[in-house]
Parts: sequence; structure tokens; C-alpha cells
Amino acid sequence: MKLSLKWASDYVDLSKMPSLKDYSDKLTYIGQKVEGYETLGADIENVKVGKIVSIEKHPDSDHMVICQLDCGEDSLRQIVTGAQNVFEGALVPAAIPPAKLPGGVTIKDGKLRGVESHGMLCSIAELGLTTHDVPYAVEDGILIIEENCKPGDDIHDVYMLTDDVVEFEITSNRPDCLSVIGLARESAVCYGTKLIERTPKVNFTKGDKNINDYISVEISNKEKCPRYTARVVRNVKIAPSPLWMRMRLRAAGVRPINNIVDITNYVMLEYGHPMHAFDYSCLEGSHINVRDAADGEKFISLDNGEHILDKNTLVIADKKKAVALAGIMGGLNSEIKDDTKTVVFESACFEGSTVRISAKAQGMRTESSARFEKGLDAENTLPAIDRACELVELLGAGEVVEGTIDVYPGKKEPVRIPLEVKKINEFLGLNVDEAYMKNALETIGFKVENGIVTSPSFRIDIECMNDLAEEVLRIYGYDTIEATKFKAEVTPGKISDDYAFELLCHDTLISAGLYESVTFSFISPKNYDKIALPSDSVLRNSVVITNPLGEDTSVMRTTAVPSMLEVLARNCNYHDAGVSMYEMATIYLPDDNKENLPCEPRQIVIGKLKDGNFYDLKGVVDILLEKAGVAAEYIANTNNPTYHPGRCADLVAADGRVIGTLGEIHPKVLENFGISAPAYVADISFDTLFELSNTERSFKALPKYPAAVRDLAFVCDDALEVGAIEKVIKMADRKTIESVELFDVYKGHQLGDDKKSVAFKVSMRSADHTLTVEEADKILKKILTLLERELGITLRK
Amino acid sequence: MKTKLEEIKLAAKAALDAEDCDTEQVRIQYLGKKGELTALLRSMGSLSPEERPIIGQLANEVRTYIEEAIAQKKSEEGAKALEKKLIEERIDVTLPSKKPSVGTRHPLAITQRKLENIFQTMGFDIVHGPEVEYDYYNFKALNIPENHPARDTQDTFYITDNILLRSQTSPVQARVMEKQKPPIRIISPGRVYRSDAVDATHSPMFHQLEGLVIDKNITMSDLKGTLDTFAKTMFGEETNVRFRPHHFPFTEPSAEVDVSCFVCKGKGCRLCKGEGWIEILGAGMVHPNVLRICGIDPEEYSGFAFGMGIERIVMIKYGIDDMRYLYENDVRFLKQFS
Repeated sequence: MKLSLKWASDYVDLSKMPSLKDYSDKLTYIGQKVEGYETLGADIENVKVGKIVSIEKHPDSDHMVICQLDCGEDSLRQIVTGAQNVFEGALVPAAIPPAKLPGGVTIKDGKLRGVESHGMLCSIAELGLTTHDVPYAVEDGILIIEENCKPGDDIHDVYMLTDDVVEFEITSNRPDCLSVIGLARESAVCYGTKLIERTPKVNFTKGDKNINDYISVEISNKEKCPRYTARVVRNVKIAPSPLWMRMRLRAAGVRPINNIVDITNYVMLEYGHPMHAFDYSCLEGSHINVRDAADGEKFISLDNGEHILDKNTLVIADKKKAVALAGIMGGLNSEIKDDTKTVVFESACFEGSTVRISAKAQGMRTESSARFEKGLDAENTLPAIDRACELVELLGAGEVVEGTIDVYPGKKEPVRIPLEVKKINEFLGLNVDEAYMKNALETIGFKVENGIVTSPSFRIDIECMNDLAEEVLRIYGYDTIEATKFKAEVTPGKISDDYAFELLCHDTLISAGLYESVTFSFISPKNYDKIALPSDSVLRNSVVITNPLGEDTSVMRTTAVPSMLEVLARNCNYHDAGVSMYEMATIYLPDDNKENLPCEPRQIVIGKLKDGNFYDLKGVVDILLEKAGVAAEYIANTNNPTYHPGRCADLVAADGRVIGTLGEIHPKVLENFGISAPAYVADISFDTLFELSNTERSFKALPKYPAAVRDLAFVCDDALEVGAIEKVIKMADRKTIESVELFDVYKGHQLGDDKKSVAFKVSMRSADHTLTVEEADKILKKILTLLERELGITLRK
Repeated sequence: MKTKLEEIKLAAKAALDAEDCDTEQVRIQYLGKKGELTALLRSMGSLSPEERPIIGQLANEVRTYIEEAIAQKKSEEGAKALEKKLIEERIDVTLPSKKPSVGTRHPLAITQRKLENIFQTMGFDIVHGPEVEYDYYNFKALNIPENHPARDTQDTFYITDNILLRSQTSPVQARVMEKQKPPIRIISPGRVYRSDAVDATHSPMFHQLEGLVIDKNITMSDLKGTLDTFAKTMFGEETNVRFRPHHFPFTEPSAEVDVSCFVCKGKGCRLCKGEGWIEILGAGMVHPNVLRICGIDPEEYSGFAFGMGIERIVMIKYGIDDMRYLYENDVRFLKQFS
């Protein structure tokens, strides 16, 4: 809401306001947040009215002329212009050096093709104006001034260009402040003065006809239209509205159109109540009915929009057709035209949610609908329509017909709340006496009698004690609240076990050298193709956003692997260094029943690019498993299409549950993401890991006796997994074999194709004595026997 | 014989003192099996019984003398050799280090943890709620009925008519109040979603942290005290908080809360745009309608709630001027926070 302080001064004495900054601060602290302010016309300096005394041709230019102007100075001023519309005797705006124009333009003395020019003649655009502001002006020429003025007058005075405009952010609970009067009331409190109240006076033409001779009003849906007020104006003369009104509308950011339309906008801005004007000749049957639209009813709005209505939309209709969407916009069929003779003014109150639903359904938000949907004061319709009629008379725009039609089925009782002084003080932590509270409330329109507060009808937001507390507080000053510490039982701040475990995972992963990434939860469904997810995969079933910003953020991810690949790709493109990342990603798995919320498990996704190979990734996973206290096996998976078929493993817990998958990303998938180097990714179910986790630790005595260590090398088929050999070795004596460590894998011609040599360091230890050579040899022998029997492999010779 | 011994003593000493002395050679020459002193001692048999003990004692003294001199010489040589070795082993300490790789948490997470710790030490429980949420908890339970204009300030992503992506962390408040009897003291951090296109200051997904206290006799000054403690811990002891009136449907009275600028200490700078204050959160006294909807009697209990955007705090704290950095996950960006 842009407020012209000139306009506001009709309703509040702002003479005590020291500065715009002070005004802005005070209004902000009372609860009307100021977004910004500016002084209109401050960007224009030294532009005066000049009268063109003579014009002669420029000797060296076909399109320029040399003007001599009377600018109210001692002598004539010579200015060269290229405009074609100047003539002797014309009054024009002359920028007299040193002058300033909007847009940071400065005007200095100069020469144009050798002829001295002491200034510049201005067009409306150069003064920052439009033909809406100055209807008689031309767009491509010098402004020929038609106002009552004389040479030397300042252009600010001629066009009323001086005003202070303050822009407010009005919160949705205060539609009453979307008005000059509402903000004047708030301003008055800030400067210890009172709102200047005035009642519009309408003289109307007494005589032959009364409004009832023109029109009748019926409200079919009384729930949605608590009040409808109408007045008629005849012998209307459509013309531009006067300069003062145009300039006030301009300051408020509204485009002037013509006197009747401008009056409805002026009243909306001043009283906060939207109005509408119909051309009476277009209302068939001389009757207005506020009714529900029929399903499928067609309607063309003022802005030429075609609408198909439904029964939830409230319309203003005549006997035959809808002439307006209630509270939103009028119809093209009854708009004010240049030849309109008789006007019906509407000042009505429509129920907020109705207007909101219809405006949304029709995809049109207007100044009017934005106000109605917040809930407006039905008591305001009559003063607003009278103000409009008063302005009609003031502007000489027509004759107001005697009488007002006022159908008011929805009159509300005022809200009454006891003034609980002690309770309010305790609630706020303040100590304000009753007299202060009473006075504060009364300055903003409340009545306080016998300890009961009556809320003014325009305060639709007041319901209970808390509301009164806020009113008192904002006037007393929010900054007066002290900082106190609440008293409570001393209890530790708790965190859930799963969050504690999540934090442990974070610590573990960053200490393993990984950087945490945070990516959007919504992705493009195309990502499922990009990671080559099978067409029948359950992961393709996502939670879908019905109104996404775009396709690329339209579904909630069921896997964060694509997010990780995008991060790796981006890093790969931005710079050439290797990266190791992880994300603790929430994923969203829909419930079979669409009315239930989806499941939101977490997934740990680890990604490595140009930073090690499969075994480096496996190392990170191993560290995570150790920290979690989870034992798991890596089982080769050749069937996961996201991964390289020969370099992928599932992480399987002892109970058979798959905790996750890790591997080298399939080259096709890499290509889909534009990644040019091998990438290694692990996706691990955080929830499964958490369920399996055991983070309790207990002490185990350190060994007292030395270990017997033996190196064993075998030749076996290349396809045989090392893990299988390890398993068999351990089977030989689970108690004594402490560790089996692979230390060499070798392939060579002399071994034969498809063969490899593997070497292990086997460490054996007894808890109660030093192993003898015989004991160690016995275990070794058993290892060899088992290996030969189970896997058919023997020691390398 | 005596003279001979004296001569040997002097000669050995001289040999050891010589500049190019080979200490081991000196030892062999005098004390070795075929050494001069050894030879002399062997010839002691020719001495008279009276002379023998005297000469024997003298000979031992000379031997000890030479042995000690050699030992000392050897120790000096050892020290010299070590010194030489250490000099030879000199390295260039300005060569680059070999850092073990250590990662870092995302700046959003670092800040969120800081906030969590501050409130946890004040006795607030950390609770989480679903991101895909019922309209009921996101709006209706928070005193924002359907078709209420307050819904406009939070353009919401919908899944169905009744399910949406939460536009704030406040639904967790309603969920907790529904389940738990007062006293309640919680914070709830997490992701929230609003239909804003990505630019330097907007993102369709961002993070909030919500706080709620419900108990008997909780006052608005308690709210200020709590936020004052928070601000001083987060931004420094000299930080102050300021309340400005505002409107939120779920609190009454409501306030926007500023902290004094921690860069310029309130004098006005680029960060605070010359204001001396930075807006960081919204807060207020829980609306009695909200308490009632969640089954808490507003006549018996009162409470306050506050909420802040974590992105905003990250950005002002680290001086990040474009929100998009936070979701790009460029390692060169992330490394700056380790």
C-alpha cells in the first residue's frame, strides 16, 4: 500500500512529523511496516513554465528550431529544440540550467549545431509523466501546458508533483489499513494526535425522481453478501478527473482513467472499500440480483477475459445476465463508456472466502478481490458510497439521484471483550495501568466502558484477550518488554536415538574425508531413466507434486543417487580435482493409500569421483560399518543396471537384509549425467543401518602371549573370490585364528590363463599360552586340507 | 721403568691430542695386546719384589689415565659425528604438507547444529516431523483455515487436496502439543518448501528451525529473554534483540525479531544495510485457538513460539551473497567451512 502523505493530511495533522525517516520508524514500531519511502518530484530541479515568444528556423538544421522564451526572468531565454509541436504563445516546461530531470539527467548550457541553447524544453516522458497523468499531452513532442499558470512558475506547483509517498507492508489481518483513513488513524497515534473524522455530504438533486424509480436490488445469497448499497448518478459527463485527483491516484500507483472510474478507485484507496460503477443503460430489467452463478455460465470481464463460471462464484446480475463477478471485476457488458449517461454505484460487502475461491478459480487477482478476501467491514459501504457521490458533485461529473438502496441482511454484533488488566500485564510481562490501556485502545477506535472493550467494526481481527494485549503492547512499545528467563524444571534437552546415530554417521563420514552435500528433495522423474532404473522398479513410484515449479522439481525423490551424480558432474565440470562427497538424504516412498503420508526414510549416499577406486569406497563403507557396530558381507551383484556389472556389491547383513549397494557407476549412466571419469557410489539405507547398529563398546583384555604368523600363497582360478578363501581359512580354527590378511594378488603367464596367485598372512594366537610350533603347524595343515577339499586349491609351489 | 711409564703416558696423551688422531689406533698402540703399555707390564717380572707394587700401581694409574682419555676422546668424536649427521639430515620445512583428508559438514548443517546445541543446553528437546504433511497440521491446526489470505504468504506445493509439502516447521508444534502434555520445550529443525523460483535470495526448498515453549505462566518477556540468550550465544555477548510488531496467524501478539548487527555493533554497515539491526526471526505468544485445537486449555497454559530460516543465518554469518551456492555443493565452496 502506497500512501500519499498529502492525501493522508486530509485526515491527520502531520505537521509535527520531523522527517520521513522518523515517520517510517514510528509507523514500523507501531506495527505498520514501512518498506520504503520517497519524495515525489525530488528528481526534478529547476524546471519552470516558459512562454514561447518567438520561433525561428535553425540555420544549419532542418528539424531544429530556435525558441525565445519568457521564463519569468529579466530577459528572454534562448532554447533550441527538435520538437515539431511548439508554437508561439505556447506555455511549455523549460529545464533551466543547472537542471535535473528524472533518471539522473542533468541539463547544462550548450550549443546545438553551433547555436547556443540555454536549457531544454521537456516532454511528459522527460518529466516522468504519462498521458494518464496529463491527458491532453502528446507523447512525441513537448508538453504544451494547459494548466492555469504563468511564465516562471515551478513545474512542481503546476502539476502538483510534490508529495511524500510511503510504501507499507500491510499484514493480512489489517485490511482496514489498506486505506488512507486506516493509516491516518495509525499515524495519529504515533504523533499524539487524533484522526480527523469527517462525514461525506451529498446534496443530491431533489425533485422528480428517486433511486427506486431507477433500480431495485435483491440479494439471493445472503450468506455470501451481507450488505449491498447502491446509488444512482444521472446526467453524467465522462471526462478526465481533475489534476489533484489524478496526482493522488498516481502517488498511490493507480492509473487515472476517467472521472467516474477514478472516483471508484479514489474511494477504494481512501476508505479501503472497493466500489464498482455500472452503466445503468446496460442493466436489463432495472434490477440487480446478487446470486450464485449457474454452472457453465459464461462471462466476459472488463479486461476482455472470457470466463466460464460455476455455482461457487457469486455474481451481480440484472434480469438477464451477470454484469460483475462479485468483489472481483465488472463485466464488459456494463462498463463505463465515454457516452455513459447514468451510473449505478455499487458499494457492497462480500464474504472473504467466496471472493478468494472465485478469484483463484478464475485466475484473476484484483485490487478489489485482494481486499475483500481479507474480510471487509460491512459498516463501511454507506460512508464509501456517499463519499463517491460527494466527489461526483465536487467534480461536477453528474447529478446524484435522491435516495440510497441499502440491503443489509448480515449486520453483525460488535465484538465485546472484558479488559483484563492484570491478565494482560502478566501475559506480556509488563506493568501498565488501566487508564493507559483504556486510553490507548480508545485512540485507535475501541470503546471502553465498565471494563468492557467494544471493538470497532473495521477491526475484523479482534477476537480475544491476546488481541487486546497486542494492541496495548504495540502502542506502549514492543521494545519496552524486558528480557526475563522463564522458570521451569531442569531437564536435559533430549535428542532421539536415531538422530544421535545420524550425528555419529556424519562424524564418521567427514572424518573419512568426505564433504557433506545438501540437495533438493524434489527431482525430475527423468532421473529414474538416467540411472537406468528398471521400468518395473518400485522406486519409480514417487510422491508427485501437483503444482511444481517445473518438470525438473516435480517429484519427491525415492533415491538420492541421481542427486549425488548431479553433484559429482557439477564438480567435475567446475574444476578438475577429485571429490569425495556424501549426503544424508531423506527419500519419500508413497503409501499405497494416497490419503496417507508417505514414508520418509533416510539414505546415506556416498560418491567418489577421481578420488580412489572401488576399494577406497569400500573402505569408507567399512569404517561406517565399524562405527555402527554392524557386521555385513559384500556380495557381488551383477544385475543392478545403475552399476558396472562386474564392479558392484550388495551389502548384506547377517540376517540377510540388504543394507545397501555400492560400486562403480555404469558407463551408460555416467554418460547420462555427463561425467567423464569413473565414479563410485554407495547407497546405504540409514534406517536399516540404525536398526542393526550396536554402538555400545566394552573392554577386551589385550593379548598376553605372542601370535604365530604364517604366510601362505595359493594358486587358484581367477574367478574365485578372495572372500571365499578367507572364509575357509577361518573355518579351520575360529578360536585360534586371529586374522587372515590378504597381502598379494598376482597374475602372470607362468601361472596359466585364468589363474591367479593369492597370498595371505595368517595370524594365530592362544589366550592362555604361547603357541608351540607343533600347534601352529597343526592348524596350518588343517587349513590346507580344508582349502583343498572345499575349493580345490593348494599351496603355490 | 718409572720414567718409561711417564714417557708412555705423555706420548699417548700427545697422540690423542694430535689433530689427525685415529683413536682406535692409539688404543691398539698403547693398550692393545701388543701395545707399548702391555709390553711394559709384561716385563714387570724382572723387577724386584720391593719395586713391583710401586711400579704396578703406577702402571695401573697410567693405564686408567690412557683409558679415560680414550673414552673421552671417543665420546667427543661421537658427539661430533652425530652433529654432522643431523646437519646432513636437514629437511626443507616449507615444503608442502601431506594432509590426511578430512571432510566437513555442509555450512547449513554446521549452523543448524550450533543452533541445536544452544537450545539443547537450555533444555529444549530436538524433535522432527514429516516433510510431506497434512494440510491440517501445516495450516488448520495453526489457525489458518482454508481460503485464509494468510496462505498467500506461503505459496505451497500440494500433493493431494489434503497433503502438501510443509511450508514451515510449525506443524511439528501442533503434532507435539497434540501428543504431549505441558510443560513442552522443543525445537524442530528441518526442510520446508515454498513455491518460489530459485534466485539469489529464494529457493523452493530451505531450512527452518522452530521453537516452542508451553507451560503455566509463560510470558512474552520470557520469549524475549529466551531469544536474548540465544542471540548472545550465537552472535556474541554484546548482541541485543529488538521486537517489532507483526502478524502471524498462529501467534498473538506476534513479533518480528531483529538482532543488533554483529559486524558493526549497531553502527550501520553493508551487512545490516545501514540499519544497525538484522531481521532474523519471527515469534510470538501461541494463539489460544492453536492451543485449543491441539487440546491444551489456554486458560491454564500459555506459551511462545519462534521460527527462523537457517539459510538466512548461514548467509549473514558467513557473508554469503547468493543462496544458490548452498545447493550447488561445489567442493571449493564446502572446503571453506572446514
